[in-house]
Amino acid sequence: MRSQLTPAHAVATLLIVLCATIPYLAPALDEPFYVIVFARIMIWAIAAISLNLIMGFGGMISFGHAVYLGIGGYAVGILGFHDVTSAWIQLPIAIGLCALVALVFGVICLRTRGIYFIMITLALAQMVFFLSVSAERYGSDDGLNILWRSEFGSGLIDLEDGVVMYYTIFAVLLGCLLLQWRMVVSRFGMVLRASQSNDTRVQAIGIPTYRYRLAAFVIAGVMCGLAGFLQANLERFVSPDMMNWHRSGELILMTVLGGTATLFGPLVGAVVFLLLSETLSTITIHWHLVFGPFLILVVLFARGGVMGLLGSRTTRD
Amino acid sequence: MDYILLVEQLLNGFQLGIILFLMAAGLTLVFGIMDLVNLAHGSLFMIGAFVGGTLTLVTDSLVLGAVLMVPAMFAIGVLVETIALRTLYRRSHLDQVLATFGLILFFNEATRLIWGPAGLAVPLPEFLEGTVALGAGITYPLYRVVIIVIGLLVALGLYLLVAQTRFGMLVRAGASNRVMAGALGVNIPVLFSLVFGIGAVLAGLAGLIITPITQAAIGMGEDVLILAFVVIVIGGIGSVRGAFVAALLTGIIDTMGRSFLDVVLLLFLPANAAESAGPALSSMLIYILMAGILFFRPQGLFPPRGATAAS
Repeated sequence: MRSQLTPAHAVATLLIVLCATIPYLAPALDEPFYVIVFARIMIWAIAAISLNLIMGFGGMISFGHAVYLGIGGYAVGILGFHDVTSAWIQLPIAIGLCALVALVFGVICLRTRGIYFIMITLALAQMVFFLSVSAERYGSDDGLNILWRSEFGSGLIDLEDGVVMYYTIFAVLLGCLLLQWRMVVSRFGMVLRASQSNDTRVQAIGIPTYRYRLAAFVIAGVMCGLAGFLQANLERFVSPDMMNWHRSGELILMTVLGGTATLFGPLVGAVVFLLLSETLSTITIHWHLVFGPFLILVVLFARGGVMGLLGSRTTRD
Repeated sequence: MDYILLVEQLLNGFQLGIILFLMAAGLTLVFGIMDLVNLAHGSLFMIGAFVGGTLTLVTDSLVLGAVLMVPAMFAIGVLVETIALRTLYRRSHLDQVLATFGLILFFNEATRLIWGPAGLAVPLPEFLEGTVALGAGITYPLYRVVIIVIGLLVALGLYLLVAQTRFGMLVRAGASNRVMAGALGVNIPVLFSLVFGIGAVLAGLAGLIITPITQAAIGMGEDVLILAFVVIVIGGIGSVRGAFVAALLTGIIDTMGRSFLDVVLLLFLPANAAESAGPALSSMLIYILMAGILFFRPQGLFPPRGATAAS
């Protein structure tokens, strides 16, 4: 793990500093819009980190990861709809629900590998997506507006305050980065990484990898659910589109773009992806025409993503 | 519930199953032989609808449009395979997912650029309008009968092609052991181009065939694609027979669930609970079916010989 300082470290540090100072930097640059852009970037980064945990380090390519964004978001939306706005109720329900769904999905998916795993995660996520579309009471396709952000009931964390909202997201992002790092270098992470490269051998040593992989799957689900919780609060809106399968594809894309199985790859990927789509979409409405082939080129030529180009070794090696 | 409605919905489910089979057949062959995850298969469905639809409008005949669409889709399929996908075979599934995801974005946008955002409506020719009497007081739209017949004919043709011809033998050999088939002198790249072209024609046909009912729209292939995934997972990846059985199963269960689940639920639940649970549960039905089948048979119902779920 310990390596020399590379440009990748510099970029990661720069991004963290940028995220930390944007609420003060943006007004000074007369671009207040950047605050919301970076808040969104950080939320996507949290979701991408959670995906990186299972996909980058565990080799479990979940093509339905956005489902937890939706579940976390709808926990806020539906409870808010019933006038339950206390974060102390919303948050445990969001976490518990994500953990439960991830556990059930994990038990089904982890029986399979490779292509089967990809397609089953996609199909199961699609099931929840259609469930949300068919929930007429909660707005179906149109989604739900959230009148009040989650209330922590203390003066310290008042999410209605934009700056507090921003720094709450920032704190969660730092926490997730820290957790990812601790997990990956721990015995748990070692088993996970080892089972990615040779599951049979790890099992032969006597380690029940299934349990480890399932635990990682659930942890990733909960972490992504947190991102959904934050996203619903930030946008004051939830809709089935949050767990559209395009979102799951974009999550994979961010992670790969930044560099899978690197600690800061998901953050870098989220920054590159959102800034790029933001910029391209202002140039032409047909930006997907450029973006699609760009994606293919990234896959073909830039192996290891941005972090790989910058000389970061993946922790997989 | 009267039996006429039941038969009608059964036929509707059968027709959905036929569409799913046309999609799943190409998908499962591509998976089976080249181990390639092709998300862009849904785009071929859409392109078939637009290209075939345009040809129909130009020639003023749905039949002529469909006939002309076949070589067009075959060419498009071979082109896509040669330019974009050939380099992906040796890549990980992750790379394949991403690159073909990129293809979807590209095709959707290109379609929007060429045909505009509104989509394309293709009128049903007069001789295909109307209904047919199936006996016992049941009438059914003629065009849907035509869809079912075409689908069954294609399935039969595909079966004969795969089971009875030399080409089919090579395809099966490639599906069960690609390396060995290559070592025995089968030109795998050419074989795969052909298979991909056939898959593209089938997907395009499925897209065109439902266009008179739904009209062509951007992104129309994506929902069908995911259903086709469910189908080939249930049927066993690489197995055309499995795809056929699973497609009909999926189509019928989905359609029947949507029509009758709330009625069935009324037997167990109070009325308002059944009314709200019915639509939700029926949209989840096929995924529950898939999860259930996978729990007992992780390789699907008809895994091809020599293939394993781990590979």
